[in-house]
Amino acid sequence: MTLPTGVERHSFEGETGLATRGKPVYGEPTDGEWRKWNPHRSKLGALFELGVETNLEGGETVLYLGAASGTTVSHVADFAGPTYAVEFAPRPMRDLLAVADSRPNLFPLLKDARKPVEYAHVVEPVDVIIQDVATRGQARVALENSQFLDTGGILIVAFKARSEDVTESPESVFSRLCSELEEEYEILERERLEPYHADHLGVVARKQ
Amino acid sequence: MNARNPSDSGWFVDGLDRERAVERVRTGTAMSPHDWPSIAVESEVVPDRDEYYESLHEITCAAAREAVEEHERADDQQLIHLVRALDDCQRTANELTERVGEWAGSHDATARMETAYLRELAERDADGLVERRLISLAKRVVELETEADELETALERATPEVAPNLSELAGPLLAARLIALAGGLDSLAKKPSGTLQVLGAEDALFAHLKGNASPPKHGIIYTHDAIRGMPREQRGSAARALAGKLTIAARIDYYSGELRPELAEELDDRIERIRARDSQ
Repeated sequence: MTLPTGVERHSFEGETGLATRGKPVYGEPTDGEWRKWNPHRSKLGALFELGVETNLEGGETVLYLGAASGTTVSHVADFAGPTYAVEFAPRPMRDLLAVADSRPNLFPLLKDARKPVEYAHVVEPVDVIIQDVATRGQARVALENSQFLDTGGILIVAFKARSEDVTESPESVFSRLCSELEEEYEILERERLEPYHADHLGVVARKQ
Repeated sequence: MNARNPSDSGWFVDGLDRERAVERVRTGTAMSPHDWPSIAVESEVVPDRDEYYESLHEITCAAAREAVEEHERADDQQLIHLVRALDDCQRTANELTERVGEWAGSHDATARMETAYLRELAERDADGLVERRLISLAKRVVELETEADELETALERATPEVAPNLSELAGPLLAARLIALAGGLDSLAKKPSGTLQVLGAEDALFAHLKGNASPPKHGIIYTHDAIRGMPREQRGSAARALAGKLTIAARIDYYSGELRPELAEELDDRIERIRARDSQ
């Protein structure tokens, strides 16, 4: 596995951890210009920490679905190119705006990730989609947004089992979500995010 | 990549004037994405890609900030004002409709104490000092009713913003009334389900606590179809089930704010089961 350019391992208070270069946003420790990327607070961070090949090289154009308060998307904007951040809820959007203030390549959009028609007039075709939306129908969201990727484009998604069905076992939820994803994507990597995130599955896929 | 849909245009189609571009980002649509940076450069909206992204950053941040601020103004206290204003307008309009109806009866044998008659009366030409006042008053009552309708429309739009789940389960009007009775979404979210069940029936509840009446089965939630449509002997069970789900909805709205469509399904199932119990 290779880390994208712009993501490095640095030492923070005696411990080595992932880091990106940018203005700190959530009180994370820093080492000069580098700030720590906490894998417990970020599913993409957990994927890197678990050694999963994400196919990210750095500098890509990114559509980030489910940006929430911007913890992960702040790190993404540090190493990626133009980064479109879609978030539906107004409360976390306020924090995301503070993150965007110091990052000119970050474009916040208060939109519903289930309705791409409402942001396709702003978002250009991208190299990578990163998805972390905790609603039912997570595979459907990835399929509806596939129009933003060219053939061969990369989707990195964190599926949350409990958002789909709290009674069904996580493994059976995940296999259902993955087979739905295969309508349009080829799955490259599939990894549970424990111990960082319980009942989450990380998937890296390529648009067919 | 999709071929460009000719009806699609980018967020910059009205130019980069801040107000218009923000509006376009917020309300525009497109069937599919296109290479907007190149299109903007080719159509000379911006000189190069760097300036495109600079403008895009400024406009998307302004659009998101504007939407967030609008949401924060649409808070639970505004709902309380809306629902109380609606009640006052309706009550006053009803009182004045009776007054005008009674008054008009002394001029016009066909007078009735209802809105349709007042609308008709308001259109008439006045004859003389006193009749001018009567018709003028009829006009104002009609306007007051229009205002009540508009308050209700505003409430129907604003309640789902503040309390999406409660509004989905109870309907916007009942949701707003519950919030008003509790004094806010925060205090509603912190009440036990048994309290929500009898909100609006405080007189009956205190009569019961003093020991001379049976406990109320329900308060304002009586207006919900799940209870109104239920046979009398099942209304207590239905009220308990409904109050339970509404309490959960209020808590999700207060602590997370995300819509959970499965809540409405669960409520329907529960009510259907109570109804089925009766027909056995």
